[in-house]
Amino acid sequence: MTDDTHPLARPSSEKELFIAFTLLALQGFGGVLAVAQRVLCEQKRWLTKEQFVEILAFGQVLPGPNVCNVALMVGDRFFGWRGAFAALAGMMTVPLVIVLAITAAYSQYASNPVVAGALKGMGAVAAGLIVGTALKLISALRANPMGTPACTVLLVSAFVAVAFLRWPLVWVLLGLGTVACLLAWRRLRADTAAAAEGG
Amino acid sequence: MTGAMPLSVDLLALFAHFLLLSLLAIGGAITVAPDMHRVLVGEMGLLSDVQFNASIAIAQASPGPNVLFVAVMGYQAAGLPGAAAMLAGIMLPSTTLALAAARWSHARRDWRAVRAFKAGMAPIVIALMFATGWILSAETPGWRHMLLTVVAAVLVWRTRLHLLVMITVGAIVGGLGWV
Repeated sequence: MTDDTHPLARPSSEKELFIAFTLLALQGFGGVLAVAQRVLCEQKRWLTKEQFVEILAFGQVLPGPNVCNVALMVGDRFFGWRGAFAALAGMMTVPLVIVLAITAAYSQYASNPVVAGALKGMGAVAAGLIVGTALKLISALRANPMGTPACTVLLVSAFVAVAFLRWPLVWVLLGLGTVACLLAWRRLRADTAAAAEGG
Repeated sequence: MTGAMPLSVDLLALFAHFLLLSLLAIGGAITVAPDMHRVLVGEMGLLSDVQFNASIAIAQASPGPNVLFVAVMGYQAAGLPGAAAMLAGIMLPSTTLALAAARWSHARRDWRAVRAFKAGMAPIVIALMFATGWILSAETPGWRHMLLTVVAAVLVWRTRLHLLVMITVGAIVGGLGWV
């Protein structure tokens, strides 16, 4: 629905992907997910919120760094494996150089209270960025075939399991994930049946 | 001469171990950090506890994906070759698998099972983002720290304020000792 009012754009080349992911990664302090959502869905308009959540779902259940998996899949979607490589290389190369430079300098400044305080403040904001992004993505659930009540129950249960009960992620994904996918499977069949009757 | 040989053997062992860890890292490389600690600090004695924790903190504070903490550990353990061996190890299997899975599912995007997976996982993916924010925030106690997190969350949610502006304000407020 949002697709009709704001048509999606696409990157013009692998180079544009590389540069976009480099700039995106360089803005990502304490995690890149919040920046990725803002750049890919709102600034570049390469993905809808729904597509972003879908890609992230694969990024979450597969092993490996989530944002790197997201970069790969977004790149692959536009330019195949060359795009995947360009996006991932963009995400990693310059930040790698920076982080190694910081590591080399770190021992001199680690005990400085201003540096330690600044890191603490940045950490607090980084936590806020990811929560704010999650709040924004909730609207992507409106069109979900499971319906709002089921989505709410699943979201709250998964949050409690990971944040409070500290269950291992694998069990949350296997347990709640399986329940959720089975429910979605049933609702999709009901929708298909209703559509067939209607048509 | 005598030092070069064991180091190259260590690098190969590290690379191999991180290849394995890559496939176990559901939820990101940080989920296998306990096992990295067991090997790097315990078995191989390449890093101290302080270096191990600092590696994660440095990567958190630097721009870019958090998985770069693996490169920081590798660098502290065995210089640039160490960083290359461990980062390549942690990335190769998972990226190959992600690419294969993306193609497999995209070719079958009309399948009910694929659509059910995407729809079913959506609320859980969002819940995991909330949980990540919660866990990051809960690591550091104190109401001013929590307030900063809440303000940042509302600003991201409701405004288009640049994310770097928020990070910079966080660094200044923290550097002044207010959080």
